Amino acid sequence: MARPVKEINAGSMADIAFLLLIFFLMVTTMDIESGLQRRLPPMPDENQKQDDIQVNRRNILVVRLNDSDGLLAGGEMMNVTMLKDKAKEFLLNPANDVSLPEKEEKIIEGFGPFQVSKGVISLQNTRGTSYKAYIEVQNELVKAVNEIRDDFAMVNFGKKYIALDEDRQRIVRDAIPQNISEAEPKDTGRKR
Amino acid sequence: MAKFNKKGKKDVPAMSTASLPDIVFMILFFFMVSTSMRQTDRLVTVKVPEATEIAKLERKDLAAYIYVGTPIPSRQAQFGTDARIQLNDAFKTVNDIRDFIAAERETKSEVDRQFMTVSIKADENVRMGIVTDIKQELRRTSALKIMYNARKADTQFGN
Repeated sequence: MARPVKEINAGSMADIAFLLLIFFLMVTTMDIESGLQRRLPPMPDENQKQDDIQVNRRNILVVRLNDSDGLLAGGEMMNVTMLKDKAKEFLLNPANDVSLPEKEEKIIEGFGPFQVSKGVISLQNTRGTSYKAYIEVQNELVKAVNEIRDDFAMVNFGKKYIALDEDRQRIVRDAIPQNISEAEPKDTGRKR
Repeated sequence: MAKFNKKGKKDVPAMSTASLPDIVFMILFFFMVSTSMRQTDRLVTVKVPEATEIAKLERKDLAAYIYVGTPIPSRQAQFGTDARIQLNDAFKTVNDIRDFIAAERETKSEVDRQFMTVSIKADENVRMGIVTDIKQELRRTSALKIMYNARKADTQFGN
């Protein structure tokens, strides 16, 4: 039994490893799941009255997309590149214009009182709107909110929103809510 | 330069391939960690739209996927070229979403169910009509967390 064991030839190890590697390359995907995350409003109760949420007219920015992807924001035809500034102006209301949304003083935990805008952006589309245009508009609106959040974070914490810790991110989120409403489809195409 | 004149005098020893398996295993492990198993065969062509403000999906295992797009060329004879919905491995209609979501919920653990995200992978050329129908159906089944799948666009207009 004292016979020395011959060394196992490991030359084919590379071949086996290559086989496994190729198998994994074939059956797996590397695409990262990314996109625009949204929360849909819950379905209204059928017994509930429809007109219980009355939002002041100045607090709504209606963004509409028609069949030919034409964009109408706050009653003006505009290019999608202009939408971000429009949305920022709407949400910030720096001059406290009476035609722009009112602000409500809220006590934010860990920060203190802050004038939170009550503005809601209502996005409406028709059945013929292309998905590409829809996402483009959604993206511009999110960008507007993100830029405002970044500015707020810069002024108050000296960092961008994404670099803040969890608690401060919550403060920023409370101060600048992302109020983008996905309208009921029956509202689409209806004159307001 | 006598050094260089001695051509072929010394035999170069054969390169050792002993570390080749190690290298290949390293690549193998990299791919095993960084990729995920392909779940379904795609029956529709989807080219998701571009966006800049995208967020990564935190829990990939808690996602349910709805594909919307035109059927792949080999299926067009049967299903036409109009945009269709694909759930799991088959073409489905909007009415099947309810069952699909219920089945997806069953596969997730009790605590995680509320965090389930429905990822809508729609082609950039589909019309909003079909997407709106899906959204309404999702609201009806109270699967409210959704994600519009998008790929990172090159930011050419600053910021």
